[in-house]
Amino acid sequence: MRTIEVAKVTRAVKEAAISANYEAGEDLLRALARGAVEEESESGREIFRQLLENARLAREQRLPMCQDCGLAVVFVELGQEVHLTGGNFEEAIQAGVRQGYGEGFLRKSLCHPLTRANTGDNTPAVIHTEIVPGDRLKLTVVPKGGGSENMSRVYMLKPAEGVAGIKEKVVATVREAGPNPCPPIIVGVGIGGTFERAALLAKKALLRELGLPHGDPEIAELEHELLTLVNDLGIGPAGLGGRITALAVNVLMQPCHIASLPVAVNIQCHASRHQEVVL
Amino acid sequence: MAKIVKLTPPLTDEDVLQLEIGDQVLVSGVIYTARDAAHKRLVDLLQAGQPLPVDLKGQILYYVGPSPARPGRVIGAAGPTTSYRMDSYAPTLMKLGLKAMIGKGKRDAAVVKAMQEYRAVYLGATGGAGALISQCIKEAQVVAFPELGPEAVHRLVVEDLPTIVINDCYGRDLYEVGQARYRRAAP
Repeated sequence: MRTIEVAKVTRAVKEAAISANYEAGEDLLRALARGAVEEESESGREIFRQLLENARLAREQRLPMCQDCGLAVVFVELGQEVHLTGGNFEEAIQAGVRQGYGEGFLRKSLCHPLTRANTGDNTPAVIHTEIVPGDRLKLTVVPKGGGSENMSRVYMLKPAEGVAGIKEKVVATVREAGPNPCPPIIVGVGIGGTFERAALLAKKALLRELGLPHGDPEIAELEHELLTLVNDLGIGPAGLGGRITALAVNVLMQPCHIASLPVAVNIQCHASRHQEVVL
Repeated sequence: MAKIVKLTPPLTDEDVLQLEIGDQVLVSGVIYTARDAAHKRLVDLLQAGQPLPVDLKGQILYYVGPSPARPGRVIGAAGPTTSYRMDSYAPTLMKLGLKAMIGKGKRDAAVVKAMQEYRAVYLGATGGAGALISQCIKEAQVVAFPELGPEAVHRLVVEDLPTIVINDCYGRDLYEVGQARYRRAAP
């Protein structure tokens, strides 16, 4: 049994929320730099150059790379041998989000769904907790922008629609989104499970390091085919037309009911922010 | 052939008529911010027969909810938000003389038609380039609806804010033209 004070959780979440917003990941920077060379369209290459410059300025000036600092989604992997002390665990995470968004000058983008009154401190975060073996606590803070989230979809396909149906829905979702979610995008696809699990898989798929295919060669092949189909849409950087509409399509899959074929498509803008901390 | 145009509001019909899709427009001077909640407030005021806090004649609205300014800075990150959410309000504001909107993403047919009718233009700024665009903003001040926080109407003074004409007042759409060039037919 290992003891972790929840105050440490608050501090970790706060720092992760801030750095996720200021500092683009190395994998993303590499993908943007490659795009600036490989994109065929002139306007597309210019967009990639702007995004690289934007990332540099954000890091140097301690500015969020995007004004939409997101709804904070926090993925928790809690080792079953961890004992959390000193307070309520979920409240500790919310406190970290509140402090991070306050002290980091991040935009507070949450509101009451009906009155639209801003909650004022970007809480409540959406927390997904999984109990795993071991004595570690892994926290992944994912500030998720609204523009790309709005373009995401869940489909309950008939099993008869199969792989062809999945491809059609992924492509249709990206086509319909067009320039709206700030392409070049990353596409998270969740296949299987239930209605809500498919969506969760799609979101988790966004966390994978850019450029790494799925470990299962069959799924990796499906990802490759989907990426080609999506990029054939010609939407391109900022939607101005080009070869690179998506930097990656990442799939996660699990078994589903014999009657169902749930497919969720979670779209992530190029400001793909996620910061992982292990306590 | 796309050209580079420098514009400072208030804009005239002639300013708008010269613009064609793909033109780069560098915006300087005073512009106003408004996104979802501010648009609703503006249109609610109009429906109640009340005056608007800002005269929109000849003006440019920037669809943005900036992040808070760190002490010593004018503003935080300030890139465009997705414009379609303002589509139901935009024609009403163009009728009042609004000449340009800055945002990102597609507009609906009614907005494109209103741009033709009222001689207005839709300019795209680079989505997600909030830190970069922030450098062009020299002054920022909340001038209406402060209770809306990031959604309040700000008066910005900008210098060479880079945009591109997405929809001109001739009904054309840069997204459609640009994407058609790179689209590959499905196998």
